[in-house]
Order: sequence, then C-alpha cells, then structure tokens
Amino acid sequence: MHNISRLSRFNIASLALGLAFLYLPIIILVIYSFNASRLVTVWGGWSLRWYHEFFNDRAMIEAAWMSVKVAVSSATIATLLGTLTAVALSRGERFRGRTLFSGMLYAPLVMPEVITGLSLLLLFVALNAERGFWTVTIAHTTLTMCFVAVVVQSRLGSLDRSLEEAAMDLGCNPVRAFVAVTLPLIAPAIVAGWMLAFTLSLDDLVIASFTTGPGSATLPIRIYSEVRLGVKPEINAICTLVIGLIAVVIVIASLASKLSSSQGESAAPL
Amino acid sequence: MTDELPRTDAAANAVGADAYPAAGQPLLRIEGVAKTFGTFRAVDGVSLDIKAGEFFALLGPSGCGKTTLLRMLAGFEAPDEGRILLGGKDIAQALPHERPINMMFQNYALFPHLSVRDNIAFGLKRARLARAEIATRVAEMVALVKLEGLEKRKPDQLSGGQRQRVALARALARRPQLLLLDEPLAALDKKLRENTQGELMELQRRLGMTFIIVTHDQEEAMTMASRIGVMKAGKLAQVASPRELYEAPRSRWIAEFVGDINLFEAESKLRDGHRLIIGTSGAGALVVAEPREPVGAGKLSVAIRPEKVKLSRRGPVSEAGHETALNRLDGVIADICYLGGTTTYKVKLDTGGMVQASVANSARLDVDAYSLNQHVVAWFTPDDCVVLTS
Amino acid sequence: MSGRRIFARPARFAAMAPYVWMVLFFLVPFGFVLKISLSQTAIAQPPYEPVFDLTAGWEALKAAFAALSIDNFRLLVSDDLYVFAYVRSLTVAFAATALLLLIGYPIAYGMARLPKRWQAVAMVLVIVPFWTSFLIRIYAWINILQHDGLLNQILLALHLVSQPVVWLSTDTAMYIGIVYSYLPFMILPLYATLAKMEPVLEEAASDLGAPPWQVFWLITFPLSLPGVGAGVLLCFIPIVGEFVIPDLLAGSNSLMIGQTLWLEFFTNKDWPVASAAAIVLLVVLLVPLLLYERLQKRQLEQGR
Repeated sequence: MHNISRLSRFNIASLALGLAFLYLPIIILVIYSFNASRLVTVWGGWSLRWYHEFFNDRAMIEAAWMSVKVAVSSATIATLLGTLTAVALSRGERFRGRTLFSGMLYAPLVMPEVITGLSLLLLFVALNAERGFWTVTIAHTTLTMCFVAVVVQSRLGSLDRSLEEAAMDLGCNPVRAFVAVTLPLIAPAIVAGWMLAFTLSLDDLVIASFTTGPGSATLPIRIYSEVRLGVKPEINAICTLVIGLIAVVIVIASLASKLSSSQGESAAPL
Repeated sequence: MTDELPRTDAAANAVGADAYPAAGQPLLRIEGVAKTFGTFRAVDGVSLDIKAGEFFALLGPSGCGKTTLLRMLAGFEAPDEGRILLGGKDIAQALPHERPINMMFQNYALFPHLSVRDNIAFGLKRARLARAEIATRVAEMVALVKLEGLEKRKPDQLSGGQRQRVALARALARRPQLLLLDEPLAALDKKLRENTQGELMELQRRLGMTFIIVTHDQEEAMTMASRIGVMKAGKLAQVASPRELYEAPRSRWIAEFVGDINLFEAESKLRDGHRLIIGTSGAGALVVAEPREPVGAGKLSVAIRPEKVKLSRRGPVSEAGHETALNRLDGVIADICYLGGTTTYKVKLDTGGMVQASVANSARLDVDAYSLNQHVVAWFTPDDCVVLTS
Repeated sequence: MSGRRIFARPARFAAMAPYVWMVLFFLVPFGFVLKISLSQTAIAQPPYEPVFDLTAGWEALKAAFAALSIDNFRLLVSDDLYVFAYVRSLTVAFAATALLLLIGYPIAYGMARLPKRWQAVAMVLVIVPFWTSFLIRIYAWINILQHDGLLNQILLALHLVSQPVVWLSTDTAMYIGIVYSYLPFMILPLYATLAKMEPVLEEAASDLGAPPWQVFWLITFPLSLPGVGAGVLLCFIPIVGEFVIPDLLAGSNSLMIGQTLWLEFFTNKDWPVASAAAIVLLVVLLVPLLLYERLQKRQLEQGR
C-alpha cells in the first residue's frame, strides 16, 4: 500500500504508544486501590479495605463534599457567564472595551495558577471577605468561565449564520431567533463546557489553596497534604472514586448531548 | 520567447525517463487494471493504450471509477490487478514521486505557504536541478502560462483563473512524459472555462505532450480530446473519437450520456434490402440504414439526435416513389425552448410519441419560427438513425 | 455584515455580567498584587504595611503612598535564589515544551491520519485522561516511580538494573510528570490543524517528486505551524509557573519560581515578596501571553 495520505505503521505505533503512556498510570493506580496490602507495591490480593478506610475518614469525606459543592456551584455560574461571553463575542459588533474583554478572557486559560490564586486572595483580603466556600467558588468561576466561553464560542463559530437569519426572516426577533434556533444547536457545547468547568474545579489545588480559609479544605488540598507525606493506599482508593465520579459525569453528559442533538459534534475542551 | 520552447523533449529532460516513444506509438499501456475498495469494485478490469502526443479524455458520471483510474496512474493508489506500462516498464507499484508523470489536481492543490514561483519550482528542486536551470525553467513556465509579474504572490492572492495557471505550470515544469488533469476546469466559470479549454489544447499541441484529462462534462471532453474513453461502473464502455462517440455510440447508455437524443423502443424488425424497417411504440415504423455491425439479440431501440430532425410545415418533397427515403412523422409543437443559437422544439407525434428537434436560429427575425400547437412534420433520413441495443 | 448589527444590542447586554465579573475578579486583583509588591512585610493581619485606610484621612493616605518602595524587586534581582528560580523555570519550560512537541506531534499526526470515524474516538481517548484530576495523575506516577514502585520492580525483574534506581525527587521524574500532564494540551491544537489540512497537498508534493520525508518537512510541517504555535504556548506558559509537579516529583535542592512563590507566601508569610515575584513572573510571560491571545483571537473570532 503506498497511499501516502493513509495510516502508516509509524502512525499506528506512535498512536498506540501515546495512548498507552496516557492510560497505563491511571490503570495501575486503579488496580492498586484494590490491593489488600498496606505496602503499596506488594500485591496482597483484592480487597475493598482502603475504600472502607476512606469512608470512615471524616475529614476526607468533608473535604470531598466541599469539593463537590464548590464544583457544582462554580461550574453552573461559570457556564452561565461563559455562554453569555461567547454569545457577546461571536455575535456582537465591536463594543467599547471588547479587546480588553477578550484579552481578559483568554489570559486565565494559560495564566500560571499561582498568579491567579495569589491575586484573588489579595483581593479577598482587601475586601475583608471571610474565606471559605464562597471565595473558592468565585475563584473557580473566574477561571472556568473562560474555558466555557472558549468551548461555546468555537461551536458558535462553526454554526451557519444563515440559520439565525432564516429564523428572523420567518418572524423571530434576534433574541427569539437565538433561543429558538441557536441555543439548541450549541447545547452540546454548553453541556461540555459545564463538564469541563466541573472537573477543572474538582481538580484545582493551587487556586483553592490560596483562596480557601481555615476549616474548609477541598479534596485536592487534603490529598495533597497526604501525598506530600508519601504514598498511602487510601489515596489510591480516593483517586479511583474521583475517576469513577468523573467517568459517570462524562457518560451522563455525553448521553444527554447525544439525546439533545444527534448531529452535535462533541466540542474539544480547548 | 514562448515560441522557442522546444517541443517537449521529455526523453532528455523528464526525471527517470526511459526511451520515449515517437508520436503515435503507445506511450502508456493499461492492462486489466482493477481496484477494489472494501466490497466496491471501483475499477473493474480496464485495458487501454494511450499513444504519445495524444489528448485523451476519461469521461463518465461521478462514481464511475475514472478518478480512481487516474489516481492509479499517478501512483496514489496501487491496482489490485493488472499492469500499468509506461514506455514498456511496469510502474503499477512505483511510488508517486518515482514516476515521470505529473498531475494537475482538481481545485489545484497549490501549496498555500509557498509563492507562485516556489510552487512552480517545487518539482524542479526535488529533481535536484541546478539553481540556474531551475530559475530558467520557472521563468519559461511563468511566461508559458502568462503569469509574469505574479511570481511573488501567494496562492490566496490569486484569482481562480490564475490559480489554475499556476497549477498547470507547476505540473508542466518537470516536463513529464504524461500529464494527468483531474477535472482541471471544474472550478472556473463558464466563459473562462471555454477560453481555457482552447488554451490547454493549444499548449498540448505546441508541446506535443500526452495529456489524460478526467472530466464529467461531456462537452469539455468532446471539445478538447482527440479520443475519449467513456467509463461506466468501473469499466470502459467505449473508446472512440468524439465524432464516433456522438454519431455511433455503442450502447443506449452512451447515447443518452453523450448529448441529447430521441429514443424509440423497437417492437418489430423487418429487412428491406440494406435497410431495416423497425416498428416502434412511439413513432410507428421507422426506416433505418442497416448498422455496420450486425445488431445483437437484446432489446433494440432507434436513436436520432435532435439536430438531425428537421421540421417543416408541410413536409419535404419526397423523392418520387421512394417512400423509404425519409422518415416523416406528423405532430404538433408541444414545447419550445429558445437557447440562443438554437431552438429546441418538442413535437407531440400523432403516433403517440414525442420527438425533439433542434433547429438553428439562422435568421435574426423569427419569420420561420414555429408556435405552440402548430401542426408540423418532423423528418429525418435513415442514415441519421442509429440502432442501439440496451 | 448587516447580521452583525442586528445582534449588536442584545449582545452588548449579554456581555455586561461576565464583563463586570472579569474586571472585578481578574483585572482588579492585579492592582492589589502590584500594590502589595511595593509594600513591606509586617507581623500583623494582613501581614504587610502600609495598609491603605480611606477613613484615616488624606495625610495618612499620603504617608502610605510614601511608604511604598521597590525594595522587594531589588531583593528579587539581587538574590541568587530568585534569579536561579526564574532561570530554572524558563529552562524547564523550554525543555519540557520541546519534549512535548517531540512526543505530541507523532501522536497528533497519527490521529489526523485515522479514518474520520476513528478520529473522533481517538480524540475522546486523548481528552479523557485530561478530565481525571491533575493531582491524581501526578500521584499515579509517584506510585510507579517510587523506590519499590512498579518501574523499579520491572527493571529488576528484567535484570536491566541490579538495584533500585532513584526516580522520585529527580528532574527525570519531574519531566515525566510535566509531559504526562500537558500532553493533551499539545496534542489537541496540533491535531486540529493537521486534521484540517487537505491530504491532496501531500499528494501533490509526492506527485512532484518529493519522497515521504520531504513531503513532511516541506508541506505538512510548515502548514501545521499555527497548531505548533498554539500547542507550544499552551504548554510553555503554565509550565513556567508550575508548582505541583516540581513540588511532588522533583528534588528540593533547586526550585522553580512557582515553588518559590508558594514558599514565600505560605511558609515565610512574606506576602510582599511573593507578590513581587508574581509581578516579575507576569512580566516575563507577557510576550508569550500576548502571542497566545492573538492566536486564540484569530482562531475564534476571525476567519469567519
């Protein structure tokens, strides 16, 4: 076969190696979470012992609950704001401050988290705000709404503008046309944006460390302080649970988006 | 400058060229070539000889396998069966960059990041020609396709017609033994397309090169090619000159694919000397000249091109006593389609059928034009009829 | 064009809330960082001075302004610790980005060559690990790389080494961690440009006599440069300020600037120096940040 535009052996090999590299560590982690032995590296048979341990660890459970609360609320606010942003940027004429707006929007995507975290903390201190659930939620919303905006914006950009024009031609005002035609079409991207925001929030250690207060540690903060002390099988169990939770979210969301629009291509997170 | 261009001495210049056959000798021989994608047999046992210096067209509807055949000649697909001989050497398994064949792609495939000059020089650089030689050849090509002054532009700064010229120059720069053109004019508008057709033909004659063009546009194939291969479902249905293809199509499918035609299903057949009298469902008994090849056993039909059908108010004066000299069909005008140069009339025949007649508008004032529902006689000679098997 | 104007007013309205949010929670905080970077550390709550108190009157405010100084920045420039941290951050980011490009390109290229149906699957497969927690992925590697971890067990079993190799707390481990965490960010933009490229261009190059490696270098690679740019910036900028990966995987004898900042802030409680470090980091990253913004804007807002 000498068709140069088709898959070569080199292509297949690099794909296989790349995917193995991405997945093996996670798979190993999941397997070890079921290890009965206290020594992480010695296989002592299958066991749910470390899951038991986790469910009896009050501090860990509280941190997990805190993380989920923050993730759900910040993802929801971020999806709302991010979608509005995407609409404004892709459907609006130039308005005053547009350049600044889009500048502010793309910077957090790559901004080192230590900077974002520090600056938000200093703001909260200056405002004399009590640090805890709300400060972390605001911080996460600020970060994740930019991701939502990018995901939704790229979907909006690939949409045929004449669909909205057709709706207006058939008697809708611009807002109605948007709600009736565009919104259903970008729904998969909005769902994907929410998922992305949720997992980013659940994931974040650095910004949460800066912006949280005493007594309201999130799960990553707890995990981090445990991991610094060395590998503990219980952590494997927690990580497996988090992976499972995220997998469930992905499956539900992709089913939802499949139901809501059969031709909606899943949007890339970036 | 351009007139000094040598008739392509491809033998001397083409990359990896072997003996180049003299004009008229077969340059390319395709032997029983077949290609299957999954279960779909895209090309199904095609054999064909292309002579040096020929302008050959592969014509067919989309999905007929013509593009796959072309891609096998260029080397983008390897045939599953058969051989492709270029100058006597089998190149079926050679990689595209090893073949002295170049292709002009549909939509041109110009490299967007390279200037016009670098696009044209691309193939020359790959052939490791000396820098000075490359410069001369590029200048030659730019002059040949009349792109002087645009050498530094990028493809997206060119018009469609200019892009087409760059693609042509790029493919010709290596002086290939064989130039493949994949729907080269499909992206141009009608007027430009007609001009470019003429230019391509002129160029091919002047360079004495061998061109194979793939097209779905039968007018384009008829205008440009000296020989046409009509493809259908992976097979070559007929290979013939444009005139032969039009006037003596080998099957009913080809007759209908190439140009407009009136077809009458045969119901009975009667021999009368060297004429056949065929009873048809729509037009009654028609007298036709006996075909050169004996007609097969399949279902017959009588075909007549619209421009061979004449109309008159009262019918022609028949040669005394020879009632088989002409076919006369009475009817009324059912539809008129004015096309500028010609007008097409649809005549509803008294015998029930319908016949189309294409009449040249030879006078500006329409004193001769027919009107709707007017009674007319449509007539044509037996020699203008073709008997086809389906 | 007229379509744009019809939407102008509702769009402007839609922009209000997120705009105000971003100004308040993204832009304004930098002002505080700047201000505190010019302050002095103090044993107080908040742990810096001067504190601007608008109720204290004009004179107090003037005094507070006068108390601002650039001492912290002087410290950052004069102390080797900070200079080395910046240099190390940039070096690590350069090396890691180069590695990422080297590893990510063949994968993205392979994806773009897959049949359309499989491309979607491959994309999901690349994204999914990215959805699992960042911290978890680093932790997974600690499992593998530790003294009696899986990697050493395998190496010992294969008799490739005679005694366990020290992987953790080395730069090797850190690079593995960075490459692992950032790989999807490199692959996705690369894949996006490679998948958009018309395969017929590669065929044309091949038809004009270019062997496969030339087709790649002369056509494929130059045309994928926008994706390379996006991927490189998307990885490089955050890696410079990376904290978690070097903290967990690299040794503690040389720190990256993210770690230094963290230390100053959480351990030394020196907020002004941490703020100054953040400002300098921001300045260092200004050019790549602006480049990245332009790329994003071109991709999302133009070409339509």
